[in-house]
Amino acid sequence: MLAHYGYSDGSGKYLITIDTDQCNGCGECVNACPAEVFEVLDEDPNDPFREEPIAVVRRDKNKKVKYECGACKPPTDRPPLPCVTACERGAISHSW
Amino acid sequence: MAEEKPEFWRWQESNWVNPEIDWTKAEFITVGIDVGSVSSQAVIMADGEVYAYGNMRTGSDSPSSAENVLKFALDATNNMPRERINYAIGTGYGRVNIPFSDRTVTEIACHARGAHYIYGNQVRTVLDVGGQDIKVIRCDDKGKVTNFLMNDKCAAGTGRGMEVFADLLSVPIGAVGDRSFEIGAEPRPVSSMCVVYAKSEATGLLRKGWKVNEVLAAYCSAMSERIYFLLERVGVEAEFAVTGGLAKNRGVIDRLKKRIGMEPMKTKWDTQIAGAVGAALFGYALCRKGKGRHR
Repeated sequence: MLAHYGYSDGSGKYLITIDTDQCNGCGECVNACPAEVFEVLDEDPNDPFREEPIAVVRRDKNKKVKYECGACKPPTDRPPLPCVTACERGAISHSW
Repeated sequence: MAEEKPEFWRWQESNWVNPEIDWTKAEFITVGIDVGSVSSQAVIMADGEVYAYGNMRTGSDSPSSAENVLKFALDATNNMPRERINYAIGTGYGRVNIPFSDRTVTEIACHARGAHYIYGNQVRTVLDVGGQDIKVIRCDDKGKVTNFLMNDKCAAGTGRGMEVFADLLSVPIGAVGDRSFEIGAEPRPVSSMCVVYAKSEATGLLRKGWKVNEVLAAYCSAMSERIYFLLERVGVEAEFAVTGGLAKNRGVIDRLKKRIGMEPMKTKWDTQIAGAVGAALFGYALCRKGKGRHR
């Protein structure tokens, strides 16, 4: 399942996508993210039948990702994003 | 004293029971409670079939709204005692505040599952236009979510926005859809997405001499445009179904249909109950795995 977190508003689309078929809930993204955007849950709130833990975007960060992620996204010369690099299975992507 | 102004936004609350189902013969009774930001639904299922439901406005606190809507659904039943319930699942915006639920599941999973029940297994794209958010969900033939997007950042283009417009223009909310087509040429959509700005833009249009129906058309058109942008992100695959209160508003849905070039599926069920139906179905599945309360 492709879980899109974040939002779109008048200024653009700010979505963080987690491919839940790839995610194994290892928690590397939680350690890598300086803004504590992610958390690992034992039960997938979007799929009651899933048995494995899962990484999600924290509910209190969901509507603020544009600003929370800002530090990792300077307007010029953007280095690779820590969360995307940390995820060995390539489950995380950003839309902006 | 001035006469009290009628409330044009107020939609009909309802409860319903299937008289052909005998709850005493059911093995598992499961309940799904969907406490949304604007409306709350309770669905009572007997062995995975909808037995009764209630649909009301959400009050100022979630626990009592959940309590009231469950009572409303139980009122419709043939004296089924509350203790008979094997499993209750809460979903929706206020799901963490339902005192009697055994577990919570997000509305994403519930709407996909519910739409799958209400519309049948051909449904692949579910659009849920709720009171304060819009969800686009893609699912497979078993009702399992494959891709979703929820926009709850702001209430533009949602049910609550439509209520505000119904009130502003003194048009009963149920008549908005039809009246938005009783116009000459289709006006251009209101330019502002924000409900507050759109409202002041509409006031300006009325001042310029626009007819009420034309303003309705302009707003419905803007809403369908906003919904379309979200749908585009996830992609629409046939069959396409709409749940939530806005599915009943053809002013928006017929305009949206033209944009995506796809006919939405039809159903005999109340589209507002989809989330609660999904929750009750998850409860039934969990009961069959031996996780329910046995009495």
